[in-house]
Parts: sequence; C-alpha cells; structure tokens
Amino acid sequence: MDKLKKEKIFFAIFRILAFTSLLIVLTLIFYILSKGLKVISLNFIIDYPRNSFTEGGIFPAIVGSLYLVGLAIIFAVPVGVLGGIYLSEYTKENTLTEAIRLAIDTLSGIPSIIFGLFGLAVFCKILNLKVSLIAGSLTLSILILPTIFSATIESLKLVPKDFRDASYALGATKWQTTWEIVVKTALPNIITGVLLSIGRAIGETAPILFTGATFYTRGLPENIFEPVMALPYTIYGLLAEGTFPQKQVPIAFGASIVLIVLVFIITLPGIIIRDKFRSKKKW
Amino acid sequence: MKKNFGEYLLPIFGYIAIIILAGIVITIAVQGLPLLSKYSLKELLLGKEWRPTSVPPLFGFLPSIVSTFYISIFSMLIALPLSLGTAIYLSKIASPKVRSILKPVIELLANIPSVIYGMFALLFLGPILKKLFNLPVGLNGLNASIVLAIMSIPTITTLSEDAISMVPKEPELASYALGASNLETIFGITIPSASAGIFASITAGFGRAIGETMAVLLAAGNSIRIPHSILEPMRPITATIALEMAETAVGSDHYRALFLLALVLLIFVLSFNLLSRHLRKLYRKKLYG
Repeated sequence: MDKLKKEKIFFAIFRILAFTSLLIVLTLIFYILSKGLKVISLNFIIDYPRNSFTEGGIFPAIVGSLYLVGLAIIFAVPVGVLGGIYLSEYTKENTLTEAIRLAIDTLSGIPSIIFGLFGLAVFCKILNLKVSLIAGSLTLSILILPTIFSATIESLKLVPKDFRDASYALGATKWQTTWEIVVKTALPNIITGVLLSIGRAIGETAPILFTGATFYTRGLPENIFEPVMALPYTIYGLLAEGTFPQKQVPIAFGASIVLIVLVFIITLPGIIIRDKFRSKKKW
Repeated sequence: MKKNFGEYLLPIFGYIAIIILAGIVITIAVQGLPLLSKYSLKELLLGKEWRPTSVPPLFGFLPSIVSTFYISIFSMLIALPLSLGTAIYLSKIASPKVRSILKPVIELLANIPSVIYGMFALLFLGPILKKLFNLPVGLNGLNASIVLAIMSIPTITTLSEDAISMVPKEPELASYALGASNLETIFGITIPSASAGIFASITAGFGRAIGETMAVLLAAGNSIRIPHSILEPMRPITATIALEMAETAVGSDHYRALFLLALVLLIFVLSFNLLSRHLRKLYRKKLYG
C-alpha cells in the first residue's frame, strides 16, 4: 500500500511537469494571438508600411521572406537531393561516407549566426554580392542543405532492397533503377524533408541579419542584388530599433502571427504527405 | 556496368557537406585569427573588458563567454525537470489518447521561430520578472535562461523519449516479475538503461542553447560586463556578434575580434555535438552490444 502511495505521488509529479510544458506552449500561443489578432486585416497583409513603419502593412516583408526561401530551395534542393542519392545509392559504408555523415550531423548543429558570418565573409564580401537577396538566400540554402541531405538519405534507405533487385532483374541500369524506382518511391518523404527545412528557414533571423535583410524598403526588390525585407527581421527591427513602440509593437505582433501561419502553411503539407505515404505503403 | 555522365558528377554533390563544413570553419578562422598578431590569445580569452571603440580597443572575451555559460547552464537547470518529466510521462504514464495530443503540441514549440520567443521574453516575461524580483528592468540572464529553456523543451523531450522507448522490454518485465512496482521499474531499470541517451539529449539541448541568437538578443539585456548574478543583464557571445557585426569595417580589428569570438563559439558547440554523438553511440552499443 505504501508503495502504491509513493507511486501515485511520483506519477502526479510527472503529470504536473508534463502539463506545465503544455501550459507554457498554450500561454505562448494565446499571448501572441491575443496581442496580434486585432492588428490582422487584409490591408495589413497587402499594404506597404507607411509613416516610418508606424502604419500600413507588411506586404514587402512577406514577399521578401518568400523570395529568400524560394531562392534558397532552388540552390539547396538539387545539391542536397543529388548528394543524398550519391551517398545512399552509390557508396558502400566506408571511412569516407562516415566522414560525410559526420559532416552533415555537425553542420546541422552549427548555430545559425555562424552561417550568417560565413555568408557575410564569402557571399557579401569575397563574391562582392553585398547585402542582397541573393547573398541572403545563398546563406539560407547552406543552412538548410544538411537537413535536405539527411532527409533524402533517410527516405532512400526506407525503400526496400527488393524494389531495386526487381528492377535490375528486368534489365534496368543502375541509373534507371535509381531514378525510376528508388527516387520515385521515396519522393513523398523527400518532399516532406524539404518542406520542413523551408519551414525552419523562413523563421530564421540570424543568417540574414547581415547578409540579406533590411528593415525598410519603399517597394519590392527589383532584382536579386538588392536587400529585402523579411518577416523575422521586421519583427526584430520593430522591437529593437523601433522609435515609436506604442505603434510598432502591435505591428510586430501581427507580423508574428503571419510568420507562424506561414511556417504552418509550409510544414503542414509536409506532415500530411508523410502520414498519407505511411498509411498507403504496402511493404 | 557502364556509367553515364550523370553518375560521374554525383560524387561532387556527395562531398559537398564536407566542403561546406570545412569552408565554414576555415572562413571563420581566416577572418578571425589574424587578430592574434596584435593581441595574445590569453589577453583575448581572459580579458575582462570588451571596449571595441576605446583607444586602444580592448577585446576581452570573458564577459561574453561567462554570460553564454551562465545563461545556458541555468536554462538547462530549468528545462531538465520539465523535459524529463514530460518524456517519462509521455512514454510511461500517459494514455495513448493523451499522448497523441500532448506530443504534437510540445513539438509545435520547435516550429516557432526564435525571434518570436525573443518577443515573448521581452514583452511577457520581462515585466513579470521585473515585478517578481523588484528589478529596474526585466531583461537579464534569468529571462534569457527561461526562454532558452522553453525553446529546448521539445528537443530534450523528444530525444529523451526516444532513448526511453529504445530500452528493451525484457529487463522491465523481469523487474515486474520480481515484484517491483511501476515506479521502481522506471527508476531502477528504465532510466538507468536510458541514461546515456538522456545525457546525449541534454548535451544536444545545451549545444543549441549556446548557439541561440535572436531570443537571447532580445531577452538578456545586453550589458557587456562579467555577470555576478543571474539577475544581472548579460550579453552572450551570439548577441555580441549580432549586435556589433553590422557596424564594423571589413578587416578591422573589431571585425576580426567578432570572427574570433565566433570561432570560440564554434569550438564550444562542436565539442558538445561530438560529445552528444559519442554518447548516443555508446548508448546503442550498451543496448545492443
């Protein structure tokens, strides 16, 4: 009986800890929603900022963020997917592939501000791209590359060996088997990995802090060599550098809601695709 | 089998991860290390004054390094009970239904951009801490630690839960067969077996906390002195870099000092990641031989 009592007390503690974590999530969400929802309107989304960012909307920041991640995936997806295919389909386990794996692991743990410094030194200064959309998106592409790389490897590993053997038995070459059978089968999972990495990239501030983002522009960038506004940087700027907090903090809250919604619009399909794929597969 | 053109190109993409990693480490080092011709390593690492604009400028890293560790260690102290409690609850106590709701909600935290955590710290936690501890401002080490703790809950919870559910069933069943209660089995068998995995999740969380930028930038109060209490405003390494990088001229001592500071950060983070990786390996070996 004593034993049971003790167990009850401890289990209650674990339950309290777990629900404290839940409470924290809910507090955060409700706090942002309660402050930001009243700012959101159609105009807030499609209008340009006006009166030194005390009125108007955040349209250029939304578009800028989409430009940044859009370009970043154009750079990162081919490289990451092809690299993943090579590592998973064309190599045997050896010291070199182990080194590549270690490099991917290590890269995904490097703080995003270090990527920002790398982008500043290499893209902005050495390649002389200055603070620009292209420099910012190249920096982001390097940040998401390891995620896409390892998502590709994981997805390809899930394709059963029988599929490959059956394809070879029908006389297909390695190249045909890889593209027509293995990659096609793994595609939903690869897409999920890509979407999750974009969802992360769009919320990153530190990598674009000195490579691509600017607090305020009059219009949208006309070419890729101009700096862009970006949602996370806009939020930071309004909070840290804003000169009229009473008017600018609400805009920051509104922008936060838009950013969170964007993150979920991007990541949710990824999760749905993965779950559908899991329930559909018959092997 | 005959190779086609594409297959000759593939290896280039395979090695890109190594090239980028090497590129990052070399770039940061090359930009930062020339400062050592003017300042000794000792005077940088152990220097207590960071005054980049004084004549001659002083680049003591100690205030930033101490702030970083102060905040990260405190954040782990807050995050650990919450994350481990949640992980044990999710894997051993919660009903499947509660689990299927609670788990995605906690993982939701991982998808929220860090600048939004920073805003939460600045505008929500700040005023609360200010009142609670009767401080002039609510932005300080404790605020940054709390927000970092919140951010690391999903990482530590998910990794610890994985470690706990990897423990084989047999020893647990044996423990029940010997008359042990649920609780005795959790503390006597499950957690000790999963300890290396749990420790790996903590080092992973710590590595993240050290490198986090936007949240601490908004939460920590940005005062570059060596802190003596968690309630003082601080400025960790990442915040120093983020605040000052934009205003420096390329190749200036200040620019190099910030890159060298980044190199120090990189070394800390890489060591923690390697440690975490090593522990995970050790854990697998222990479980599966």
